[in-house]
Amino acid sequence: MRFSIYRYNPETDKAPYMQDVELTEIRPDMMLLDALRELKKNDETLSFRFSCGEGVCGSDALNINGRNGLSCITPLSSLAEPIQVRPLPGMPVIRDLVVDLTQFYKHYRSIEPYLIVHDPVPEEEFLQTPEQREKLDGLYECILCGACSTACPSFWWNPELFRGPAALLQSYRFLADSRDQATADRLQALEGPYRLFRCHTIMNCAEVCPKGLNPTRAIGEIKKLLLKHII
Amino acid sequence: MSHANYGIAKHRFDTLVIGAGGGGLRAALQLAQAEATVAVVSKVFPTRSHTVAAQGGMNAALANVSPDNWHWHMYDTVKGSDYLGDQDAIEYMCRAASRLVIELEHMGVPFSRLDNGKIYQRPFGGQSQNFGGAQAARTCAAADRTGHAILHSLYQQNIRAKTHFFDEFFAVDLLLDDEGYVLGALVLEIETGEPLIIEAKTTLLATGGVGQLFRTNTNAAINTGDGMGMALRAGIPVQDMEFFQFHPTGIAGKGMLMSEGARGEGGYLINKDGERFMERYAPQAKDLASRDVVSRAIATEVREGRGCGEKGDYVLLKLDHLDPEVIMKRLPGIRDMAMTFAHVDPIDKPIPVFPTAHYTMGGIPTDRFGQVVVPVNQGAAEPVPGLYAVGECACVSVHGANRLGGNSLLDIVVFGRAAGNKITEYLGESRYHRPMGRQYVDKALGHLARWDKRGKGESVGALRDALQRTMEHYCGVFRIENVLAEGLAKVLEIEKRLEDVRLQDHSKIFNTARIEALELENLVSLAVATVTSALARQESRGAHTRIDYPDRDDERWLKHTLFYREGRRLDYKPVTTKPLTVDSFPPKPRVY
Ligand SMILES: Cc1cc2nc3c(=O)[nH]c(=O)nc-3n(C[C@H](O)[C@H](O)[C@H](O)COP(=O)(O)OP(=O)(O)OC[C@H]3O[C@@H](n4cnc5c(N)ncnc54)[C@H](O)[C@@H]3O)c2cc1C
Ligand code: SF4
Ligand code: FES
Repeated sequence: MRFSIYRYNPETDKAPYMQDVELTEIRPDMMLLDALRELKKNDETLSFRFSCGEGVCGSDALNINGRNGLSCITPLSSLAEPIQVRPLPGMPVIRDLVVDLTQFYKHYRSIEPYLIVHDPVPEEEFLQTPEQREKLDGLYECILCGACSTACPSFWWNPELFRGPAALLQSYRFLADSRDQATADRLQALEGPYRLFRCHTIMNCAEVCPKGLNPTRAIGEIKKLLLKHII
Repeated sequence: MSHANYGIAKHRFDTLVIGAGGGGLRAALQLAQAEATVAVVSKVFPTRSHTVAAQGGMNAALANVSPDNWHWHMYDTVKGSDYLGDQDAIEYMCRAASRLVIELEHMGVPFSRLDNGKIYQRPFGGQSQNFGGAQAARTCAAADRTGHAILHSLYQQNIRAKTHFFDEFFAVDLLLDDEGYVLGALVLEIETGEPLIIEAKTTLLATGGVGQLFRTNTNAAINTGDGMGMALRAGIPVQDMEFFQFHPTGIAGKGMLMSEGARGEGGYLINKDGERFMERYAPQAKDLASRDVVSRAIATEVREGRGCGEKGDYVLLKLDHLDPEVIMKRLPGIRDMAMTFAHVDPIDKPIPVFPTAHYTMGGIPTDRFGQVVVPVNQGAAEPVPGLYAVGECACVSVHGANRLGGNSLLDIVVFGRAAGNKITEYLGESRYHRPMGRQYVDKALGHLARWDKRGKGESVGALRDALQRTMEHYCGVFRIENVLAEGLAKVLEIEKRLEDVRLQDHSKIFNTARIEALELENLVSLAVATVTSALARQESRGAHTRIDYPDRDDERWLKHTLFYREGRRLDYKPVTTKPLTVDSFPPKPRVY
């Protein structure tokens, strides 16, 4: 099977280049991550992140044949050859397939991604009906892989100002939580032309999310809340 | 940051926490609340830690679903441990459980809910009411993504507490002075390849387990036992390494975990004849017997020719009789994974499963305050000053010879918190950092420099493959003297070969090959510890099954193993059978 892999080592390479490599022993059922690990056995300089190997830790989002996804749950059989493997777009490349996600994490931290409760907490658990809890489904499962934000043109153009789909999805995760008491502050922090409103519903995020989450929908829900809030 | 020490950057904190899984993050939070300065070092971004993969849930006798109390939980844990667990620590953990679950809920963990708004609990293996009676439902769950939910909430709370994170920094070695005080660690910034010193009055190891010892495992690639390896190099023993849990239901041939929650929700195992074979092995608890029991049963079915598939090398986990709604609501992650990796939708078809290396019961010996304790001159165990350990890298021991499902997420938060408190106490008495002598750092730097050697040699990847195959073949579910002895010879040979391994990649920036080499060193030293301990223990207890010694032997072996790196020395220490307040649970035959 043929691969074309983005290579760049700032210590030795003047510029990034695409390297053509071939892997002869392909097992049925192999995922892209398995292939990359095999390739690394032949050339240990090839650098990429991975950990869980089962789509839950979010380490290995890459741009695969032009589309962002997790290498560990992308079957080779689903990919056309030569398989083009690139780092996540729009992020500074540290080396090969490893990008600097500092900006991505900064946006995440900025939305205050934690439950805020002002009242004294009860002795037992907060009560939450199954229906209230269901509102968090499709939100809390985010693994912060970065596939969505780095597929979003609005994020490429305003990386410092636009929070990006992942951070906004998390913002809505807390807005939607019946236990959270910081709705007004959360909404206020998203006002203005950039942080939230740069989303032009291009929908790339929902299309690439490997967990099947829909940040565009969450952004829409926040906009609705904002409107209600202003009125 | 200063450069006082010969060109290496140096940071100074009250406490250094190595590991940002549930154990490390819970401790960091406790310390932040005590206003200690804390550095959390992790080789991956915190939410990529392996706690994220935990599925089924966390045990606490909330009694939201079935009548329950902490004392029953304690009984189940002692019995589950095959009486090797320390009963003081077990009592402490089970008593604290409810409070800690509630605390996590208050932090924002999105637990699944019951109709009355309380936390959802599901039945898990080895749980009973009233000391061995009817099945209990004690496992608090956020669907089948409980670890994800807990880890993210703990990380989020640490963001709120402004904890200082060193993300993608690899801890290489502990730094100790001549009196044996731990002064911090030498760590490597992965992005730049630069070593740096983190000086701390107290150091907490929370580096997780060592599932990568075995070829087929449920663990993440990062679970290479680094903390245990660091402890061994610092002269500290590891305890009970022969007890490695094989989870009954990993996807056959691949290893991804199909949570015990699947059986908790009503799934069961069948052999090629469609027989629900657990009824024969555990008439009362059936598919929800302890993990060691179920894993042995599956392995026996396969050995005796009742396995499924062309090669007869797996059994089936059947869920297709359940309401699809239950699968989609309670087990969505399992379903996803089964579809991705086994190509079956459990709503329609059973999943091929086989016992898979899963959990490290052994680890760095600690007391129930998270202090690392080592026997001094054949005498009682004493704390190693400045060093603490919690979570899967530690051995308190609350899991003994076999961990109950749902007790590890509990373990990490209970003892993460306890260690945070103990450290706070110590910090109150120790106002100043002890001097960091150059010689302490040089040793660690020398270790790191070993990987600068150039030339031809075996590769890290090839040797790691050889190690994992050896462990699987010679030290798996069933063990026997001559095979173990051969296995020991093999891992010692691998240890020798390690000296000839050379890196081809000597660059600095994000050199993952170097990281994998450092991890391999840890794996090899733990393989030696595991096989040596397993060969010595001439009995069957919990996860350690010796075909040549099929029975538990309390007379000779009701004791913890300690393995020292130097001279591969073994030592033993007694099990604490006395709980804190209640009566002891004396060893009894273990039936489910
Ligand atoms: C698939 C799976 C499912 C599970 N399900 C359950 C369940 O339902 N219930 C339950 O109770 N238990 C479950 N367990 C067990 C439980 O998840 C783990 O035992 C527990 O999460 C371990 O937590 P920890 O904090 O000790 O370590 P981890 O979460 O493994 O974290 C280790 C940390 O140490 C860091 N680290 C390691 N080495 C270094 C180094 N050299 N330098 C710097 N940092 C380092 C890592 O980056 C990471 O941050 C499951 C385990 C698996 C594998
Ligand atoms: S929303 Fe999806 S794509 Fe975006 S970070 Fe989360 S898991 Fe990744
Ligand atoms: S390696 Fe964890 S998501 Fe792919």
